[in-house]
Amino acid sequence: MARKATKRVAAAPVLELHGVSKRYGRALVLDKIDLSLAEHEVVCLIGASGSGKSTLLRCADLLEPIDGGSITLDGRTVSADDRDADATRRQLGIVFQGFSLFPHLTALENVALAPRVALGLTAAAAEKRARALLKQLGLAAKANAYPDSLSGGQQQRVAIARALATEPKVLLLDEITSALDPVLVADVLEALRALAKGGMTMLIATHEMAFAADVADRICYLEGGRIVEAGSPEKIFGAPRDPRTRAFLKRVRSVGASALR
Amino acid sequence: MTAARSARKGTLVAVISTLVVATLLAISIGSSPSWPLVQKAFFDGTYFSTSLPNVIGAFAINIQLFVLAEILILPIGLLVALARSITSPALAPLRIFATIYTDFFRGVPSILLIYVLGFGVPALRLPGVPSEPFFWALVTLVLIYSAYVSEVYRAGIESIHPSQERAARALGLTRFQALRYVVLPQALRRVVPPLLNDFIGLQKDTALVSILGVVEAFKQAQILKSANFNFTPLMVTALIFLVITIPMTRLVDRLAAKDRATQQGGTR
Ligand SMILES: Nc1ncnc2c1ncn2[C@@H]1O[C@H](COP(=O)(O)OP(=O)(O)OP(=O)(O)O)[C@@H](O)[C@H]1O
Ligand SMILES: [Mg+2]
Repeated sequence: MARKATKRVAAAPVLELHGVSKRYGRALVLDKIDLSLAEHEVVCLIGASGSGKSTLLRCADLLEPIDGGSITLDGRTVSADDRDADATRRQLGIVFQGFSLFPHLTALENVALAPRVALGLTAAAAEKRARALLKQLGLAAKANAYPDSLSGGQQQRVAIARALATEPKVLLLDEITSALDPVLVADVLEALRALAKGGMTMLIATHEMAFAADVADRICYLEGGRIVEAGSPEKIFGAPRDPRTRAFLKRVRSVGASALR
Repeated sequence: MTAARSARKGTLVAVISTLVVATLLAISIGSSPSWPLVQKAFFDGTYFSTSLPNVIGAFAINIQLFVLAEILILPIGLLVALARSITSPALAPLRIFATIYTDFFRGVPSILLIYVLGFGVPALRLPGVPSEPFFWALVTLVLIYSAYVSEVYRAGIESIHPSQERAARALGLTRFQALRYVVLPQALRRVVPPLLNDFIGLQKDTALVSILGVVEAFKQAQILKSANFNFTPLMVTALIFLVITIPMTRLVDRLAAKDRATQQGGTR
C-alpha cells in the first residue's frame, strides 16, 4: 500500500467524469466537466466561491443526480439513480466542510458504523478497523469521546477516519479546513499529507493554496462550472496560461485566501 | 458557604410564607357559613375511607387500559410516522392513508369515537369480532393516541438536520440503514418528553371509557356517589389520578429542561 512520495507513475484511471453537467433550476452549475483521477493521484480543485467545487464533489460521490455526461469508477459507468448506488458510495469516501459527525455515537462508533452496517463486518472486526484508523489519524486516545467534546480539528479527523472506514478507492474532500482555527488546520493538513504519501487517491476542494501546491499532483482551476485550466502545481501557480486563472491567483495573493471564503 | 446559607434562608422564607398563606386560607374558608355543606358533600371523612378501597380496586382497570394501550401505541405510532415520511412515489397510497388516519383521529372528539366504536361496532354482531366494552375501549384509545404519538415521532424525525442523513448515505448506508442507525436514535431521545406528555393525557382519558359501562375508577365513583348522594368518591378518584399524573408531569419538566441544557451545551 505504501508508495513513494515522489512522482507517481501514470496508472489506470479510477474515477472519471466525462462531460458532466449539473443544473439547479435554470442555473448551469457544472458545464461539461471532464476530469480523470489516476490511482494514487491527488488532484486539488481551486476556484472562487460559487465556482462549483462542492457540487462537483457531491456529483462525483453520487449524492446528486447529474443532468448530462457520465461518471465511471474503475471503468464501470455509475449513477446516482442506479440500484447499487449505495454500494458504489461505499467505494467513495467523502468529507464535508461541516463536521456532520453522528452526535449520539462516540468517535469509535462513528468510524465503525459503516463497516458494520454497510459492509456487514462483525462488530469486533469493525471496531478493530476503526481503532486502527483513529490511531493512524492521531486520535487513539479519543476513541470513546463524543463529538461535542472534541475540538474542531479532532472532529474533522474523525470524519476523515469515518470516510476511510469503508476502504474507499477515492477520497473526496470538500474544504475540510475552512471552518477551523488556523492552529487546528495544520493537524488536519498533516493527516492528509500522510494519506497522500500512503498512496490514497484524493480529490480535494480547497482554499489553502500552499497546501494544494504541496500535496497535489495536479491542480484544476474552476470558474463558472468549468475547468478553465489544469496542470501541475508548478505550472498553475508558477506560469498560469489562462488570463482567468492569472486573475484569480492574483486576487488570492493580494487579499489572502481567507477573504475568498 | 455563604451561597449555601442564603439558599437555605430562601427556602425557610418560602416555607414560612407558604404556611402562613395556607393557614389564613384554611381559616377563612373553614369559617365561611357554607363550608360545612361543602365539606359534607365533597370531603366527607367516612365516605372517603369507605370508598377508597373500592375506587382503588376499580383503578386497576384504568392501569390495565393505559399500560396495554401504551405498549401498543409506541410501535404503532412509529409505524404511522414512518409511513407519513415515505417519499417514494410507488408507496404514496401508504403515505396518504397514514395522513388521513392521523387527521381523522386527532380531529374528532375522543368521546364521540369511543361511543361510536364501543357501541356501534359490537351492535353489528359481526362474527369473530369481540363485543366486550374493555376491548373496544382499548382499541379506541390506541387508535386515538397512536395518531397523536405519530405526530410526536414525526416532529422528532424532522428535527434531525438533513446533513445527518446525507452523511450516512455518503458512507454507503441505505436510506433504511441511515434512518435506523443515525436518524431514529437521535430523534427518539428528543421525543421522550412530548411522548410522556401524551401519555399523561391518555391516562386521564381512560376515564372516558366509563361511558361504555366499563367499571373503572370514575364509573365506580359515580356508582358510589349515586348510592349515597355524596361526591366524596369522585374526589377520591381525582386524588388517585393526581397521584399518578403529577410525578409524571414533574418528570417531563425535568427531562425537557435537561434536553434544553444539552442542546445549548453541545455543538449541535
Ligand atoms: N442545492 C442547491 N440548490 C440550488 N443552487 C445550488 C445548490 N447548491 C449549490 N448551488 C449553486 O451552485 C453554485 C455552485 O455552488 P458550489 O457550492 O458548488 O460552489 P463552491 O465552489 O463549492 O463554493 P464555495 O467555495 O463557496 O464552497 C452556486 O451558485 C450555488 O449557489
Ligand atoms: Mg463549497
